[in-house]
Amino acid sequence: MILIAVLVLVSVYNLLPRQQTIRVRTETGAMKDTVVTIMPPNKGLDLKGGMHLGLELDESERVSTDRARDIDLALTILRKRIDEFGVAEPLIQKVGDNRIVVELAGIDDPNRAKAIVQQAAFLEFKITDETGALENVLPAMDRVIRRLGLDAGGTSPGVQQPSAVEVLLGGGGTDSAAADSASQDTTGQDTTRVADDLLIGGTLAGLISTSGFVPGEYLVPETAFPRVDSLLRVPDVRRLLPRDLEFRWNFEPTSVGVQSYRFLYVLQKDAIMDGQHLVDAQAGLDQVTNGPIVTFELDRTGGRRFGRLTQAHVGDYMAILLDNRVQGQPPVIQSRIDRRGQITLDGRSITEARDLALTLKAGALPVPLKIVEERQVGASLGEDSKRAGITAGLVGMLLVVVIMISYYRMAGAVAILALGFYLLFTMGGLAAINATLTLPGLAGLVLSIGIAVDANVLIFERIREELALGKTVRLAIDEGFAHAMSAIVDSNVSTILTAMFLFQFGTGPVKGFAVTLIMGILASMVTAIFVTRTFFMIWIDRKPTMITLSI
Amino acid sequence: MRLFSNTKIDFLGSRRLAYWISAAVIIPGMLLEPLLGFNYSVEFTGGTMMQISTVEPADVARMRQALSDNGVSNAEIVQFGSDTEFVIRARVAVEGADADDTQATVDAVTAALDVALGSGEWEVLLAEAVSPKVGGELRQKAFLAILLSFVAVLFYLWYRFEWRFGAAAVAATVHDILATVAFISIARIEVSLFVVGALLSVVGYSLNDTIVIFDRVRENLRRSKREDFVGILNSSINETLPRTALTSGTSFAVLLALATLGGEVVRPFAMVMLFGIVVGTYSSIFIASPVLLAIERRWPGAQVRGIKSAAPGTTSKRKRPQTVS
Repeated sequence: MILIAVLVLVSVYNLLPRQQTIRVRTETGAMKDTVVTIMPPNKGLDLKGGMHLGLELDESERVSTDRARDIDLALTILRKRIDEFGVAEPLIQKVGDNRIVVELAGIDDPNRAKAIVQQAAFLEFKITDETGALENVLPAMDRVIRRLGLDAGGTSPGVQQPSAVEVLLGGGGTDSAAADSASQDTTGQDTTRVADDLLIGGTLAGLISTSGFVPGEYLVPETAFPRVDSLLRVPDVRRLLPRDLEFRWNFEPTSVGVQSYRFLYVLQKDAIMDGQHLVDAQAGLDQVTNGPIVTFELDRTGGRRFGRLTQAHVGDYMAILLDNRVQGQPPVIQSRIDRRGQITLDGRSITEARDLALTLKAGALPVPLKIVEERQVGASLGEDSKRAGITAGLVGMLLVVVIMISYYRMAGAVAILALGFYLLFTMGGLAAINATLTLPGLAGLVLSIGIAVDANVLIFERIREELALGKTVRLAIDEGFAHAMSAIVDSNVSTILTAMFLFQFGTGPVKGFAVTLIMGILASMVTAIFVTRTFFMIWIDRKPTMITLSI
Repeated sequence: MRLFSNTKIDFLGSRRLAYWISAAVIIPGMLLEPLLGFNYSVEFTGGTMMQISTVEPADVARMRQALSDNGVSNAEIVQFGSDTEFVIRARVAVEGADADDTQATVDAVTAALDVALGSGEWEVLLAEAVSPKVGGELRQKAFLAILLSFVAVLFYLWYRFEWRFGAAAVAATVHDILATVAFISIARIEVSLFVVGALLSVVGYSLNDTIVIFDRVRENLRRSKREDFVGILNSSINETLPRTALTSGTSFAVLLALATLGGEVVRPFAMVMLFGIVVGTYSSIFIASPVLLAIERRWPGAQVRGIKSAAPGTTSKRKRPQTVS
């Protein structure tokens, strides 16, 4: 009796709705603490909508030196970012030793969330080259390309002939004319076709022209971007550029008249500052252009160093790089910059500026992440699934009630009452271990209702048999319970064993199923052994003279 | 109300018929499987699955065209319920992308649908993108889960009963798995992790059912000196028949509710379980017990005879597990 009372109290306590404070980002971008009421047990993504991401280190761009450390670092940074992003109950955990799982419930813009999770947010400031190094080496680069046969772009000898003609034209003509002819030849976004067409455009000298605005800044037609990029990556070509310089592309194409161009920059390799000294970042609007900007603040050490270096470079142009792509046009350093600066984000939305600010603030990922697994459930579907699951559960339970009462009469009613306790214990138990109720879990729960009566059925059948042997009601009940016990224990332990393996090897939703099943079986054993028995005792004590049992 | 009480059906007598029935289900199933293959979900094969709903009834041919224009070839597009809901499956990554980079394919499918349906005219209900690597890992894990749970149960039964019972119970369970797998293959049910979960639940249910009967066999063996083994098996099955009918009945009822009302996601699970309950109940009567008999005849158990010759003993002291000495 006392045990039952304690169990009921514990279950009810765990099931009470609880208040939780979460930080939510309002429309204006300000953070706000909101108190939400959560009904335990927690519902999984498939019941409330949301997204599940499996992430691994993407070493295609940056090779990790210490994977274990990098994945842990990435985990910490993701936590910070998602915390800032403002999602209720995010789940961010390491799975195995090389994967991170992120679960975000109820988000309305999955692409934005993905960008925030994936962006490395590696911030650097670099001075542009003023020596005209690229112009000096361009002819040499083209000679190398021709020697390697790369001007044809492939092995097909058929294309070599026209390209040779074009090379002469391109090499001899003005830069812009060559660029035009190259871009006119190409249409569409199909990169393979662009590459083919560009064989005609030929050499780098024909494709790269100085912008004339900023030293170290060059224009490349957007259509030629993939080809120029791959040519510049060729080791023999790359080597011609002085060792302390590097190539970097702008983040996005820029329109000049009807043409679309991509800015190419030659930068000093050593950054004068990077994001690790950043302490704060805020999104805002530029007072002059009204475009989105991100203002940042550096810590004391960073500020001192930045101040010293910018003073040394007054009059030079400084490129701001995020994940190795130049952001906006490099501004000229007009005077010493200390702890505060700003990044201009032309052509992008204020939301993007805000997201950039929060990713910068949370810090850079040591190595970018790639998504290897993605699951996304719309909120409406989650709601439908939940409703369907609950309806099915209720109807199923009603069927069980009808079967049990029509078969066992009064004892059936006792079993149904015990079933009520069973449900309470299961839910309470799930809430107590903080398990997540998923759709498979809900199905497991419904299934376990059908199976939960099994223990009762075993006992009742046994009592009937004992009664048939002519035993008294009291003795029949005692013996019935005692004899049914070994079957109940053995059958349930083997089911728990299989469920445990399911838990061990399953992922996400299926784990939820296994947990519900295990919890359900435990609860059904407890109710059958203690609750049903107590009810029988109460029943008999009220009518000590009972000769026939309604079973 | 009483059902099947005091029945005296000779279940063991019809065991040859039962073997034939089982063979008739399993063998064609096994033969057909290589032909039909399994309809694996993208969780296992790797790939991208998107369930979308459109504002207007959409043109499947146009979607397919837009998808292949965007480099997503061989995508399956299936209407799902109404004519505004579709499931799109792309099992291979978009051309030119790293196969383990699921993002590229999701983006390509999204872009294609924006072209075919107009952006804002459709929404994602459910999306799943799994890289082949992760899919392979998952397949391996599912297989391992089934295998290891078998081993664990075998050991448990060995400990609680004796090896003959364990072997017979596992034989019946293997029978159920084979039959259910044949059912999944023939009914073209999509094999997702959820369905693997159903398969493991079938294992649990079937064992449960078999153990209840074996528990009675164990008890009757101790109690009776006279009856032969066939008689004991038969009477044990008959005695537990009311319980078998009732538990199967309630489980069947809730699963029927799940299958009809539980929604599209739960239906495959409920279908597999429904089949599994029928098979599991059948196998504990017609497979597990005859196999136990066959094993007992082939390797007569000293243990069983030992119990027979020993005093029946009061059944309430029966807590100690029987172990093979």
